[in-house]
Amino acid sequence: MADMKVINFMGHRRMLAAVSIVLLLISLGSLAVRGLNFGLDFTGGAQIEVGYEQPADVEVIRTTLNSAGYRDVVVQFFGNNTDVLIRMQEDNNPQLGDQVLALLGEARSDVELRRNEFVGPQVGAELRESGGIGMLVALGLVMVYIALRFQFKFAVGAVAALVHDVIIVLGFFSITQMAFDLTVLAAILAVIGYSLNDTIVVADRIRENFRRIRRDETDYLINVSLTQTLTRTLITSLTTLLVLTALAVFGGELIFGFAIALSVGVIVGTYSSVYVSANVLMAMNLSKQDLMPPEKAEESEEEDIPAWLTEEEGDKENEKETT
Amino acid sequence: MLNKYPLWKYAIIVTVLVLGVLYSLPNLFPADPAVQIQGAEAGVQMNDTTVKRTESLLDEANIDHFGAVISGQSLLIRVNSNDDQLAAKAAIQSGLGTNYIVALNLAPTTPDWLLAMGAQPMSLGLDLSGGVHFLLEIDMDRFVASRLDSYAANIRTNFRDENIRYRGVDALDDGSIQLLMADDNYRDEAETWLRRNLPEFQRTDIESRGLPGLKLTLTAERIAELEDYAVSQNQTTLNNRVNELGVSEPLVQRQGRNRIVVELPGVQDTAQAKNIIGKAANLEFRLESRSEQGEVYPFKDSNRTAMLETDVIVTGDNVTDARVSYDENGMPQVSVSLDGDGGSRMGQTTRRSIGVPMGVLFIEQKSVLQGYEDVDGVPEPIYDTFEEREIISLATIRGAFSNSFVITGLDSPQEASDLGLLLRAGALAAPMQFVEERTVGPSLGAENIRKGAQSVMIGFALVILFMLGFYKVFGIFAAVALGTNLILIVAVMSLMGATLTLPGIAGIVLTVGMAVDANVLIFSRIREELADGRSPQAAIDAGYGRAFSTIFDANLTTLIVAVILFSIGTGPVKGFAVTLSVGIVTSMFTAIMLTRALANLTFGGRVVKKLPI
Repeated sequence: MADMKVINFMGHRRMLAAVSIVLLLISLGSLAVRGLNFGLDFTGGAQIEVGYEQPADVEVIRTTLNSAGYRDVVVQFFGNNTDVLIRMQEDNNPQLGDQVLALLGEARSDVELRRNEFVGPQVGAELRESGGIGMLVALGLVMVYIALRFQFKFAVGAVAALVHDVIIVLGFFSITQMAFDLTVLAAILAVIGYSLNDTIVVADRIRENFRRIRRDETDYLINVSLTQTLTRTLITSLTTLLVLTALAVFGGELIFGFAIALSVGVIVGTYSSVYVSANVLMAMNLSKQDLMPPEKAEESEEEDIPAWLTEEEGDKENEKETT
Repeated sequence: MLNKYPLWKYAIIVTVLVLGVLYSLPNLFPADPAVQIQGAEAGVQMNDTTVKRTESLLDEANIDHFGAVISGQSLLIRVNSNDDQLAAKAAIQSGLGTNYIVALNLAPTTPDWLLAMGAQPMSLGLDLSGGVHFLLEIDMDRFVASRLDSYAANIRTNFRDENIRYRGVDALDDGSIQLLMADDNYRDEAETWLRRNLPEFQRTDIESRGLPGLKLTLTAERIAELEDYAVSQNQTTLNNRVNELGVSEPLVQRQGRNRIVVELPGVQDTAQAKNIIGKAANLEFRLESRSEQGEVYPFKDSNRTAMLETDVIVTGDNVTDARVSYDENGMPQVSVSLDGDGGSRMGQTTRRSIGVPMGVLFIEQKSVLQGYEDVDGVPEPIYDTFEEREIISLATIRGAFSNSFVITGLDSPQEASDLGLLLRAGALAAPMQFVEERTVGPSLGAENIRKGAQSVMIGFALVILFMLGFYKVFGIFAAVALGTNLILIVAVMSLMGATLTLPGIAGIVLTVGMAVDANVLIFSRIREELADGRSPQAAIDAGYGRAFSTIFDANLTTLIVAVILFSIGTGPVKGFAVTLSVGIVTSMFTAIMLTRALANLTFGGRVVKKLPI
């Protein structure tokens, strides 16, 4: 252990804290000013995807619809130049899809309905609300779990990292104005899960090192822990990014937003497990006393794991019997 | 030290693997496009004659077919392609006529021995199979308001009958009924009557225009009951309608407090679907004609007919409830409740018609597929829409009644429940509106499957290549674990009867990426232990042992998030949450137990100088 080169992560902590704060401010600023480009799921309205056999002309479609009296029509290519997505803010007109298709069919006969969605405005509002509540509940439960399993300061650190990640991913969607729909919300909740994963792995190692290593310097101990987990953190992020790339490139337009949200989340999550949660631990003066609970507590912690999963522990005894 | 697993652990692993393979196997057999034929009425049975007729219809239309089989009430016949399927549906429907419902279906090709074990392929969500999704919302405010009106009418009738003098009984917009009484004594009488007869109201004393009065508000429980009633009633009606559409596996399900989801896989004609779903049935209560004047109607469940008077006493709009109950001898009966208006009209009629049979007429808008018309080479369905009027009950009036009465003389509990169902279906339904609609075309569905499968495979391959390059022999273990994990996810999803959706596929892909994490944790730990100077065997043991609690914590917290996703999410989010949760649990098994077993088998029994990691 001693001959391992310890990277001085915490040496740059003030500078990177500043970077995080700037990123957060930009995200929050953009969220406040530009807001999110909420997709159909949240705003309500109608959305029609049509496919043409030959490349389509978006301009013609727009004129056709406008001259038929439809206002606020957004027409754009969807993935390639034969698929077209039409979005409208029509309230409560479930027949809209059929009408639009009939209209387009008159103009060009090689058109085919691929997808037609209509969401009432109230449903959209409820989804927004339940999405927000879901995120808060997730954060709250996670905080409780970490506080019980580790220590309160870790819970603060983990939640700070999660909030950081979520805000930056939201900021990314606000700045790029990519459509924010239900699958993106799912992705953001998955980011919470993923980033947490990273944070816990690091926290676990910090706790272990605080108990094992004699030196009593918080920044040194955190640096050692981060260095030890660095390879793992990078590899896992890399493999996850690999599959997300596959999803973004080959998964089609419908899960593109999902893949992008998660990719951004994974990158930010990797960074935050190092510089946000650990930084908070530094700021809160994590000390050996925090992690030296009475012996009893430590034992019970092992017992937290249900018996069916602790076969690794029971293993050795079994081995003795069988060999 | 030597790393060895006891025999029983290998046994568990092998058992899980075998089960996983078996139960994921059905997904490898592609389903045949098929046509399903059912009787439109309960009386129409499928038999060999139906099979022969169907087969000869297909032969005439030059459509190849095979594997006709009768199961229960329906006949399933397979064809070669999706185009054939449409043509077959048209040919059979126009040949067999309106007594049969012909639906498109997919016939699983799962071998019998797998089916015998309960192995089933996963069902595909609408985004993969194509079809229509509707979300309907019941307008509870309007429904409760109409109920209050009928309560108010009921109270007025009764107060008149009991000589309780009132100045006004009115339903207000705020969801309450206001009673203004002639004086304080009548208010007390009214209060007593209400307490005895309408306990579902909360009563408060008020004063208005110098008159003593009462304000009645429905209790929260009663409102919840009304909502449940309205939703289940609408659900029943929707079920009947959807069956008429001839969809093989329709879903009609309550969602939340006042919404109903309708999913119709394979349906493309949304306009027609909406017409059929949206229309309502009605009832008419009429006396049997005692003269030569009247209209003759058939009975719904027999070949008899009866002549009814042309005057309608009350309609389904006046029926507020119809429930099956039992008399003191245990005989089934149906209790019918009417609103105040209907009650007073029923009272007037029954007083002078004791001993006369009263018939209940069930009126239904039906549309039946007549055949297909060729429009520019595409078969367009032609529907015949007509009104069907049938007698569902004819019973003699035994005494005068008004607001509530029972229909007796029913032969079986089944008959009673059928009658109750029809009465409710024709009763005034709570108004509903479409609040969400999604249609996915069949070509898009197929494309989604292809893209999903492609991205799973590519993501999978990339991760495996990386792991092999980075961890060598242990990379092989991880790759085996990943492959197994994929099989187990599919097996568990199939066993659970879960529906696979596009976000679900995304969940699987993500699990592939994240499941490696457990292995990465273990393998880096082993490397560290080796660097610390431990022997290879000790390093393997310590690596697995130490990484365990980290993996457990990390996965458990992700599982918490997945469960929250599931509980708050609708459709697409739920699909994602299910695959993610299943993936987390199965990955714990494959990434820890399976790779450990492989490591033990490879390195455990011998002296290893250097680990290829």
